[in-house]
Amino acid sequence: MSEQPVIAVKDLVKKYGEVEAVRGIDLEVRSGEIFGFLGPNGAGKSTTINILCTLVKATSGSAHVAGFDVDDQADAVRANIGLVFQDPSLDQQLTARENLEFHAFIYDVPAAIRKQRIDEVLEMVELTDRADSIVLTFSGGMRRRLEIARGMLHTPHVLFLDEPTIGLDPQTRRHIWSYLADLPKRHGVTIFMTTHYMDEAEYCDRIAIIDQGKIQAIGTPDELKAMVGGDVVTVTTADNEAAFAQIAALAGSEPIRDNGSLRVEVPDGAAFVPRLVREAGAEVTSVQFRRPSLDDVFLKLTGRAIREEEAGSKDMMRIMGRAWGGGRRR
Amino acid sequence: MTTPNGVLARAPSITQPRSGRVWPTLRAIYIIWYRDILRFWRDRMRLLGSLAQPLLFLIVFGTGLGSALGGAGGFGGGGSTLSYTQFIFPGIIGMSILFSAIFGAMSIVWDREFGFLKEVLVAPIDRSAVAIGKALGGATQAMVQGLILLVLAPVVGVQLTVTSVLLVIVFSFLLAFSLSSLGVLIASRMTSMQGFQVVMNFLMMPIFFLSGSLFPLQGLPDWMTVLTRIDPASYGMDPLRRVMLEGAGMPTAALNQLSLTIGDYVLPIWLEALILLAFGVVVLALAVRNFRVRD
Repeated sequence: MSEQPVIAVKDLVKKYGEVEAVRGIDLEVRSGEIFGFLGPNGAGKSTTINILCTLVKATSGSAHVAGFDVDDQADAVRANIGLVFQDPSLDQQLTARENLEFHAFIYDVPAAIRKQRIDEVLEMVELTDRADSIVLTFSGGMRRRLEIARGMLHTPHVLFLDEPTIGLDPQTRRHIWSYLADLPKRHGVTIFMTTHYMDEAEYCDRIAIIDQGKIQAIGTPDELKAMVGGDVVTVTTADNEAAFAQIAALAGSEPIRDNGSLRVEVPDGAAFVPRLVREAGAEVTSVQFRRPSLDDVFLKLTGRAIREEEAGSKDMMRIMGRAWGGGRRR
Repeated sequence: MTTPNGVLARAPSITQPRSGRVWPTLRAIYIIWYRDILRFWRDRMRLLGSLAQPLLFLIVFGTGLGSALGGAGGFGGGGSTLSYTQFIFPGIIGMSILFSAIFGAMSIVWDREFGFLKEVLVAPIDRSAVAIGKALGGATQAMVQGLILLVLAPVVGVQLTVTSVLLVIVFSFLLAFSLSSLGVLIASRMTSMQGFQVVMNFLMMPIFFLSGSLFPLQGLPDWMTVLTRIDPASYGMDPLRRVMLEGAGMPTAALNQLSLTIGDYVLPIWLEALILLAFGVVVLALAVRNFRVRD
């Protein structure tokens, strides 16, 4: 079934003075997809999402969301999207319910179904029993869930999530994903999200890998991993530089130096490892092979790894902010 | 997987842009105003705390300076028995309104720092609602804070009448609205609380000192006369004082000697009301324009 794409972006460019944050992006997102925007900090993810949400004007190119132009029909776009921002945007002095009531009002949710819908989204994120607590007393994970509930309150066509789980602990991240992954199937919403967590990108139906303002590849996680081809072998030897040429010859391609080890792609890891140990030309101190991950795809496309340590000082502040502002847990 | 049910489960249909803009904007103004009132009400301790400063001014400053000026005759001359404390009482109400109006409206800067402003700015509403809702929210809070001080009227010896109280309410609101609009305009361009000290020292304090809340605006040196007439708050302090003291039985001739004049012309209170309103509307319009800009 071919449908109109829910999001259509053509040759999108955004310049801040001389700096080109987004350098010609094309993409289409289909109805009911979870579409992930994967890339390191400063790659242009947030700028792109801000253009699609009508918060920032593009320098050139076009973008349509739910059939409306983000520039000329900003109000129509806004009425059809839900947003979960990178930084928390709840009123901490108000209760969960009051935050949702505020949202229902400015998004014109009809009075007749306002209360019912608020109850439903609270139920959806399991915050019903905390509905009348002040948000200040919520943990970081609870606040995020409340923001997701708020983003869904006005039954948006597209839900935008900018780094939805940044700064949360792994357990809380999994919990958040247990809600997000179900939304398209249950509620027919399309999800567009940015992330720099590789494991999170695995939840997406399709991913665009973005680096330095350009899309490097688009596809399903499996399609992208197939670009790497075969298995990824990571080897450490007593003398990596001495072994480098020999390993390159064995594998048929140059290894990538990564954190004191060498990494190569081979069609069949199980057969390759014994040969490697015999013929590496230096003593092999450790070796492992595995199916390729999205990290390998990113490394192959850009020559660099995305690492969570890459979180800049601003992210550190966010993480601190959540930790301190997190309040008590129940 | 359970069967989806309820209103949320409907496949989201595309919401068509609304044709009319007035009603959604009014509704958004209402909820933005309501949020401010809710927060204000929830923070009653702040309300009590905010009474400390006007009380100090009225009792300590008023009594001290009043004694220094000497008991000879009354304040304002013409055989009047007006004490200095009675003179500044309406001015202290005005002061309370002035500060809480600008502070209240500048909570936009907090909203921006804590992220909440983004929730409003991406909503499908006209951004004028943000400026107007915030201006009205700040004005309402300031008006309440000012009017609470009326309970001190018997202590100070200013007699209240129904007419004077009604007029005080009207002018409290006009003064509060014009200054909270000014606060919204400042906040529309401020991205952090860092500039707050500057605003406090170079804007709020001069507006307060030049407004005539602590001394009459007649017989001043020329340069100061000009500055006091430029100060929008002057057009709120004066009518507050006129209606309260007139209600308390002060003769018009004596009152005219304390009032705001341009040349020899004593400004009537309706003209002062218009000036306040016009100032508020113009400043608010500029703030609306700032909020509509997208980068």
